[in-house]
Amino acid sequence: MSLKVLVTCKRVVDYAVKVRVKPDKSGVVTENVKMSMNPFDENAVEEAVKLREGGIAKEVVAFSLGPKGNQDTLRTALAMGADRAIHVETDVQNVQPLAVAKCLKKIVETEKPDVVILGKQAIDDDSAQTGQILSALLGWPQITFLSALELKKDSNKVKGVREIDGGLETLEASLPVVLTCDLRLNVPRYATLPNIMKAKKKPIDVKTPADLGVDVDPKLQVLSVEEPPSRQAGKKVENVDQLIAELQKIGAI
Amino acid sequence: GINAEYGGPSVRTMISTRLAPSLRSSVAVQSQSFLYRSQRPLSSHRFLSSLVVAEHDHKSLTGGTLATLTAAFALKGEAVDVLVLGKDVQSVAAQAQKVNGVKRVFVSSSPHYEQFVADLLTPSIVQLQNQEKYTHILAPASNFGKNLFPRVAALLDVSAISDIVQVVDGSQFKRPIYAGNAIATVKSLDPIKVITVRGTSFDKAPVSNGSAEIVNLQPASGLDELSGKITWVSKEVTKSERPELTSANIVVSGGRALKSAENFKIIYDLADQLKAAVGASRAAVDAGYCSNDLQVGQTGKIVAPQLYFAIGISGAIQHLAGMKDSKVIVAINKAEDAPIFQVADYGLVGDLFNVVPELKEKLASKKA
Repeated sequence: MSLKVLVTCKRVVDYAVKVRVKPDKSGVVTENVKMSMNPFDENAVEEAVKLREGGIAKEVVAFSLGPKGNQDTLRTALAMGADRAIHVETDVQNVQPLAVAKCLKKIVETEKPDVVILGKQAIDDDSAQTGQILSALLGWPQITFLSALELKKDSNKVKGVREIDGGLETLEASLPVVLTCDLRLNVPRYATLPNIMKAKKKPIDVKTPADLGVDVDPKLQVLSVEEPPSRQAGKKVENVDQLIAELQKIGAI
Repeated sequence: GINAEYGGPSVRTMISTRLAPSLRSSVAVQSQSFLYRSQRPLSSHRFLSSLVVAEHDHKSLTGGTLATLTAAFALKGEAVDVLVLGKDVQSVAAQAQKVNGVKRVFVSSSPHYEQFVADLLTPSIVQLQNQEKYTHILAPASNFGKNLFPRVAALLDVSAISDIVQVVDGSQFKRPIYAGNAIATVKSLDPIKVITVRGTSFDKAPVSNGSAEIVNLQPASGLDELSGKITWVSKEVTKSERPELTSANIVVSGGRALKSAENFKIIYDLADQLKAAVGASRAAVDAGYCSNDLQVGQTGKIVAPQLYFAIGISGAIQHLAGMKDSKVIVAINKAEDAPIFQVADYGLVGDLFNVVPELKEKLASKKA
């Protein structure tokens, strides 16, 4: 059997960067800041490539929506092993997950994948929505926050173990399906230099939201962005006795 | 405030163009309340009214749901209703009924709802929305709410608003972004606001002497067919006598420095001495020292207890995101430059394998 897998990736401020709010409160500083593939999307790409390497998928198509710089992220996905990529190019800021999902839905209608894999959340807006929205729009089942995935050859069902508040739960879904990944699903590979070179020759098909008939203007507007209440460093205590004394003094214990 | 969704320029706009500036704001506020009482909107929406979709364990509402109710009340709308979906939910409905300020508790029971599979819960919520036409639909921003609400928003063709920490007004909210390193004030232009609420940002609504009406609903149609596409198989949940992590007064968390699952016992021991909940950093969970439901952080649980012990936790941005709203933070770490000391109220630089047992023993002997 040969499934087609569509995997999404977003270009975000690198997870290790300490973000700063712009003085004019219009957003977060992104100029001259390291950008990377969203960590959860690395897990998604890795899982998709593993499915192809395991002979379960025949093709992995990577998708990203955003400005031209997103092509860097797609090149990383291609270097990790995706076969080709689709870039929906837009310079609109704060595109909402609903709009991304609508673009994805159009791509799904042409590409006809059997599985769409996304990261569970993007570490910039922390919305954790796109996969679930896409699942509802397509009428496909969803298994989100995956920490383990079982997809057997020639089966039209997928079993996923997902992380829930109390522990873990296992769901079984029939194909086609939307999956979102958590960090514990796999260990994403580093793109090797030969693969990075090969990736330069893999095709990236560029479209616009208008080509797909989707309006990406956000219906959820960001009015301002501010610093959170700051927390100052407190004091150091020398030993356990002092710690207990301090905590008792403030009535914490 | 009122906006163009009701099909015409708002009274506030009309008034403010005709009056002197000094009079505008006070008259506008008075006229606004007059407007609420007397004018019917052109659309079929009611004035602001909310539905809270309850998260529960078939025995009682979660703390997050009670906090969500507070957020709903903060919208200052006409009515707040609750929807309880599950298998046998009488005690949950009875508890919701007693929250002062709740108008109606809708109850729908089905074996298909028992495991809270998002695909199977969604139709009922959308159906109730189409029937009652709420302006706001809310759920806790727990795993349950995050899994479910984007689906609801999608089917209503609106942008969901995740993890709000403050209600500014009926269409403006504050929410954390970049692991809580920035707070965004967002405005929804959609006619229905579908919102998940951060449980640590709102007080739990008191369950006292409310007397909401209970309304029984038929389960949504098509669930048998849907459950063919998505089937719940099993779950592995940690059974613990300890307080629940997201609502405990004291949390004792361990990080990668614990080095093994056996060593993690010293975290449990200290927690039990303090009658605290146990948490962990992502690194500790990844390394297999404890189960994933203990993870505190940007993509784990958000906690804000009175007292948080970060033990052997370096204090990465992603962990801080989950606990920096704690009232008092104590850090125990061997590395004196660990970032955790930047946010800790009390820091003890030392070997946790000596410090933590000593702390536990001294607390125990003080009690004795």
